Amino acid sequence: MIIQTIAFYAFAAVTLISAFMVIAARNPVHSVLYLILAFFNSAALFLLMGAEFIAMILVIVYVGAVAVLFLFVVMMLDINLAELRQGFLKYLPIGAAVGLVLFAELMLALGAWVVAPGAKGAIAANQAALAKTSNTAAIGKVLYTDYFFLFQASGIVLLVAMIGAIVLTLRQRAGVRRQKIGDQIARTREEAVTVVKVPVGGGI
Amino acid sequence: MTLMQFFTQHWLGQGLVIVAQCLAVTLPLLVAVAYMTYADRKIWGMIQLRRGPNVVGPFGLLQPLADGAKLFLKETIIPSGASKVLFILAPMITFITALIAWAVVPFDDGWVIADINVGILYLFAISSLGVYGVIIAGWASNSKYAFLGALRSAAQMVSYEVSIGFVLITVLLCAGSLNLSTIVKMQDGGVWNWYFLPLFPMFIIFFISCLAETNRTPFDLPMSEAELVAGFHTEYSAMAFGLFFLGEYANMILLSGMGAVLFLGGWHPPLPFEPFTWVPGVVWFALKIALLLFVFSWTKGTVPRYRYDQLMRLGWKVFLPFSLVWVVITAAFVTYARGH
Repeated sequence: MIIQTIAFYAFAAVTLISAFMVIAARNPVHSVLYLILAFFNSAALFLLMGAEFIAMILVIVYVGAVAVLFLFVVMMLDINLAELRQGFLKYLPIGAAVGLVLFAELMLALGAWVVAPGAKGAIAANQAALAKTSNTAAIGKVLYTDYFFLFQASGIVLLVAMIGAIVLTLRQRAGVRRQKIGDQIARTREEAVTVVKVPVGGGI
Repeated sequence: MTLMQFFTQHWLGQGLVIVAQCLAVTLPLLVAVAYMTYADRKIWGMIQLRRGPNVVGPFGLLQPLADGAKLFLKETIIPSGASKVLFILAPMITFITALIAWAVVPFDDGWVIADINVGILYLFAISSLGVYGVIIAGWASNSKYAFLGALRSAAQMVSYEVSIGFVLITVLLCAGSLNLSTIVKMQDGGVWNWYFLPLFPMFIIFFISCLAETNRTPFDLPMSEAELVAGFHTEYSAMAFGLFFLGEYANMILLSGMGAVLFLGGWHPPLPFEPFTWVPGVVWFALKIALLLFVFSWTKGTVPRYRYDQLMRLGWKVFLPFSLVWVVITAAFVTYARGH
């Protein structure tokens, strides 16, 4: 038990420090790397709670894919953070006010509003089954039976976002010659090669 | 307290057991990596009608040790324009991610350090981390060749991870579990029960994606020597380069091990009766890994390098739709034809 406690405080401390360094680091690439470290330690915290599926998904999706693209973009951009920091003090009151409002709203939501009132009953009903199966199977069961339509709806939202991103970046350029692999494979000997008998001294 | 109780109950004993298990996996793995480089060079030698390494020791068998000693004794050069901490961190990340993934690989029935419920996801997560070593190396070197290599590698590894993910989904649909030991146990009873037969196209896609994930020919664009000097590790020397090299080979062995667990029945013998069952499971597992590694080397000796747009086309326009359709087919088969 003591090892779990030590591990929790270690991971939590590293998460908080690296989360702070994300906004404090001078170099944007270092910021992204600290963000990755924060993701990692959050995954470790999930593991300590026994939510191994969510921990792995966090690493696969955020560390393995999203953060790679972040890093990719940030490395290519030439951002000068010192310049961005110029107006820091000027905007500090507004930023603090927005943060405060958001924090107050979150607190209100947490205190007054019950998220998905049916969920409590469903979770309680599944407690017996949870003891027998792994939590991956349990998540699957709840997600695909009780919340199937919400799951599908979120899938459609993602699909729309994806199509939107493709439409925004798609452009047709004239005069670009593309390789058509199908055409290349469909070529036959007859249309590709002609054998010519060249008379000596005559040329073609 | 008896010795048995000390090792199973006391925290110090448990810790010692874990350290011993880690060493029992890591040391043979490092020896395997060293001799994989030797086997690689011998196989290319045979393909190109050469002898390969044959000077140091009998049949050149001590060549990997000589290479290792050379890398250790050389000077580690850090370019003055490099970001020092990240420059040194990058090869470590590559090497460590290649090693920690072995924690969940089952070598035989019960021979696994951590028999976790989400083993297949853990493997997938760790293998997707390898890209960070490459990107950080390219960026921290502050060199255009290294940076181009890193960008190529990042795009390539992210692209092929997607199809590997779908391949893993088909396997776990068939096995009905995310636990690697369970997946192997589902393939018990002879070669005809191994998943490479029903999922043959997925096995091929998995193997080709593994070539792309480990930056091997025909997908070795991140380090293509004709264009980028040595790609992302252009600026590395001595043991820092050595760690990249070891990590790369350890990754190849890891992905071969993954292929053996998911498609070739892990520790099971090919035929479930006598002379074959006498051989211990760990030997069968090693033989299957060796078979896949041979195909890795064989491919490198045989095929030319892809062009970058062809690589992207293969990943996104061929493998992704195909594996997506195959996931649907497998899911339909598991649901309706097998009567679950």
